[in-house]
Amino acid sequence: MIEARIRKQFAAGRDSSGFSLHVEFETSAGVTVLFGPSGAGKTLTLDAIAGFVRPDEGRILLADRILFDAGAKVCLSPRHRRCGYVFQNYALFPHMNIRQNLEFAAERLPYRERRRRVNEMLERFRLEDVAGRLPHQASGGQRQRCSIARALLGAPQILLLDEPAQGLDAPLRSELYTVLRQVRSEFGTPVLLVTHDLDECFELGEQMLILRAGRVIQSGAPWEIVDRPANVEVARLLGVFNLIPCEIRALDPAQNASRLRFQEFDISGPYLPGHLIGDRVFICLRPDALRALPRSGPPGPNQAPATLLRVVDKADVVRLEFEHDIAVEMRRDDYDPQIRDWAIQFPARFRVL
Amino acid sequence: MDWFPLWLSLRVAAISTAIAVLLGLWIAYVLANREFRGKELLDAAVTLPLVLPPTVLGYYLLLLIGRASPIGKAYEWIFGSPVVFTWQAAVIAALVHSAPLLIKSARAAFESVDHSYERAARTLGASEWRLFWRVTLPLARRSISAAAALAFARSLGDFGVTIMIAGNIPGRTQTVAVAIYDAVESGNGVLARTLVLVISAIALAILFAANRLSPDPFGARYRA
Repeated sequence: MIEARIRKQFAAGRDSSGFSLHVEFETSAGVTVLFGPSGAGKTLTLDAIAGFVRPDEGRILLADRILFDAGAKVCLSPRHRRCGYVFQNYALFPHMNIRQNLEFAAERLPYRERRRRVNEMLERFRLEDVAGRLPHQASGGQRQRCSIARALLGAPQILLLDEPAQGLDAPLRSELYTVLRQVRSEFGTPVLLVTHDLDECFELGEQMLILRAGRVIQSGAPWEIVDRPANVEVARLLGVFNLIPCEIRALDPAQNASRLRFQEFDISGPYLPGHLIGDRVFICLRPDALRALPRSGPPGPNQAPATLLRVVDKADVVRLEFEHDIAVEMRRDDYDPQIRDWAIQFPARFRVL
Repeated sequence: MDWFPLWLSLRVAAISTAIAVLLGLWIAYVLANREFRGKELLDAAVTLPLVLPPTVLGYYLLLLIGRASPIGKAYEWIFGSPVVFTWQAAVIAALVHSAPLLIKSARAAFESVDHSYERAARTLGASEWRLFWRVTLPLARRSISAAAALAFARSLGDFGVTIMIAGNIPGRTQTVAVAIYDAVESGNGVLARTLVLVISAIALAILFAANRLSPDPFGARYRA
């Protein structure tokens, strides 16, 4: 749907270091999520597509229509781009009621057609009862639905959302997800959404682009990325992994085996193709893939003693945080607070980055 | 009691405020929304009349619209009489102070409109013209009304520039401020006191109204 190559340079100012955005990606129909930490250039990318900022170089195509082409000196104004934009604060015009807000988006249509379309939208987004209210008299959920309905009224070719769930409580958040699924099924409008919430990526995203410091560092389906993060950076950004620094001591392709050194303990794992003996790597494991055992005597095979720093109670599990940034999650029933000495049990199979 | 100066002043102030709004809103919108070279210089030039001595302004205006100047000649050719020392000149004199006040406040008002509203309007396919009339102006309306009230009050009280380019012709160009000066000079205490009290009361009422307008209804209450 979107095919973008955007380059934009910001010179270092007096109170800002320079920033360069250089992203290249394609999105398909459905929901695409731009994921990354703040300052990664997510909103900037969205604004470049909508036409609020002009890239220095590159090309942006939307459904094979050129929105921007630096080489050909094409730069459509936002009003000709047919991008629906849902702002973080919804940006509903405060002096117009809900119905007038929707009518504003359909003003190019003849009167009867406009009335029909607006009524249809009010109905679809359950806004009939509040159509006459000003935005500040409507509830958060109604404002949110109104802003999405308004953006869809112009029959946009893509819907852009800037951190739509930011600052919403859990019920409103799940309502938003329902509405967005409705957008996908009823309108078939592709969606490009900015977020820094990983759960949201899984909830909505069919495709995910990971942005960091102005670059796309990995793209793919969310489960694919979490399954195999391309590098340590991605794994760190996802924030769900233990990244345990090791050194490769031995590699044996015939036995499909390897030996790694973590602190002063040996860990045996699978053969690691593409690595050399002496490489420093990170074992990448989710907290529930590690086990914490009470320690008595010398550590067994694939075990390393570790000092427990903190115990965090989560909704359904207990999270034990050890030194070297290792976290282990276990069922509450399995956790015994009496235990002082712990050993970490590594699984036989794992991936390294 | 001759009430002519008061009527003249009100008429001059009303016309000059109307012109200031028409002209000033446009300049203010350009200053608030466009980027061009010399923008801040234009802003400074527009503000200059607020700080220059009235005599300096009067002198400039005499050069600009006097009978020897091209503008003055053109005016005389069209209307058959010179513009200096007429009540129209008093309007110009009032404008010199009311327009900068209005432009300054209107620029601030336009700039204080949350940009996401303007961006939203653009993505919804609104032209710049529709954006201005339907979004920006209504959202800045209260501040601009307050600014227009201030401009009106300021126009009412101009003395220095008026006396230099419109003169002091009783029954023709004598505004309240000039009439008070005249009354004091000629020892007419009753007239001076009456005009002083009336003009003070009017100015107070206008400023009170302007203050009532100022709190922006689209501020705290509307911003969700």
